[in-house]
Amino acid sequence: MREVLTNASQDFLSDVQAYSLMSWQSLTNLASGPRYFQDLLEQMDDIGVGSLPIILLSGLFIGGVMVLQTGSQFVRFGQTALTGDIVSLALVRELGPTLTGILVAGRCASGIASELGSMLVTEQVDAMRAMGTDPSRKLVTPRVLGTILVMPLLTALYDFIGLLGGCIASVFSLRLNAVEFWTRAINALDFGDIMQGMMKPLVYGFIVATVGCYKGLTTRGGTQGVGRSTTQAVVVASVLIIAADLFLTKLSLFLGDKLF
Amino acid sequence: MIAPSERKTIARPATPDPLVAFDDVRIGFDEGEILRGVSFRVLAREHLVLLGETGTGKTLTLKLAAGLLRPSRGTVEVLGQQVSSMSEQELLAFRRQIGFVFQEGALFDSLTVEDNVAYRLREDGVAEDQIEPRVREILSFVELEQTLDQLPSELSGGMRRRVSIARALVNRPALVLYDSPTAGLDPVTSQSIITLILRLRDVYGVTALLATHRLQDGFALANFRFDPQTKRVVREFPSARQRPDGTIEPVTRFLVYKDGRIYFEGAPEEIAESRDSYLQRFLV
Repeated sequence: MREVLTNASQDFLSDVQAYSLMSWQSLTNLASGPRYFQDLLEQMDDIGVGSLPIILLSGLFIGGVMVLQTGSQFVRFGQTALTGDIVSLALVRELGPTLTGILVAGRCASGIASELGSMLVTEQVDAMRAMGTDPSRKLVTPRVLGTILVMPLLTALYDFIGLLGGCIASVFSLRLNAVEFWTRAINALDFGDIMQGMMKPLVYGFIVATVGCYKGLTTRGGTQGVGRSTTQAVVVASVLIIAADLFLTKLSLFLGDKLF
Repeated sequence: MIAPSERKTIARPATPDPLVAFDDVRIGFDEGEILRGVSFRVLAREHLVLLGETGTGKTLTLKLAAGLLRPSRGTVEVLGQQVSSMSEQELLAFRRQIGFVFQEGALFDSLTVEDNVAYRLREDGVAEDQIEPRVREILSFVELEQTLDQLPSELSGGMRRRVSIARALVNRPALVLYDSPTAGLDPVTSQSIITLILRLRDVYGVTALLATHRLQDGFALANFRFDPQTKRVVREFPSARQRPDGTIEPVTRFLVYKDGRIYFEGAPEEIAESRDSYLQRFLV
């Protein structure tokens, strides 16, 4: 039993070390050439534009659900006008970044892990190395940078569409005025809230891409292993996003108090 | 078809120093040591055929020569450079001087044949207007010029191997490493791959390490020659002799692995005449 625990701990620490090194290298690669700008654009297109449908659809419905849930409570106190404030704050500070992160993790961490895993088991990564290309520069860095760059944009869209969904629900369900909803939603936000909402996606983007790349490039066991890596990438990235959210929220609130 | 006059364009060392030298190389993994003190040399324009049963370390030898793996002990010297002690950055530059043909081709499945073959040239920053003629020339050499726009998934197994050979050869390396190039192919397709390897040797003058479990592949390399004048494969028994200009005649040697060690090293006729039971397994 003790030996099993020792081996598991060693494996875990070894994984953390390898993941940290790969992640660090993906960023330090930016300091020197060769750089793969075309690959970066392709990844931004795949991860950013490709994720738009799920981001827009889920944002619209989440915004509507939030209005229905909060509105039903505010009705009891005759304060339905506050719905815009609550939905806006919750979306921009918390739900927008986190749900975008989890949705992108579901779509892209799995995609990255399966793509790189398939390349690994069919020796395409070795072929790349054999032709003098550094897989870290060619495969990892464009995905990491691309995801980091598109995540804030996707989050901003998610927030906007969420508020639009909330507006539609509040007009039809709570009989609120659309102008009043938007006015209160915008006025409820200050600079610190927007900073908080835009800082988190940067970290989530880093987590999604690095976990996807790491799981893909450490795939073992052929096509079955690719499936396992894909599942693990989504699970690990989602859990890490939620865990990171706690610390980022605390940090944001601390910085918000100090700076804004 | 590459004209014989183009032979001079191939990078080829003038000295008789070995292009590949393994010295007491050992490597192992969790399941144990796979190579246990392997030493051999390959001279310029030689073809060394690595024979052995599955799991005896043939592919490992090729990956060690390409610097894709590091030995746990011993030294690997390729093209005059100590591969076993290079940093990863140095290895990336070194690998651009060699060609590697993987067992299943390892073509990039999301790229067309043209992009696969042109990959290395683009990485080297070759101008786009020079890339297409080079790609067409090399694809024409492997008789696949018509597949430029096709994806690897649209090709047969034999065609994928030929594209892989074209990709490995596009920057005209002095050394090519073939990992079981005929594995899993039917006899006719296998013969076409071997003919291609003969052409590479006799037209381009490349040196090669060829891992295989098929002895007939090695015998074909040893007993036949591609004649660039008649553009046909002819039966001939090249011997290891030095030409007056200092270059080495094409020669094929065999290296047989058993239990992680070199069991046999020698000429084709020696292995053919051997009464050793292990060697005779490959003759059947």
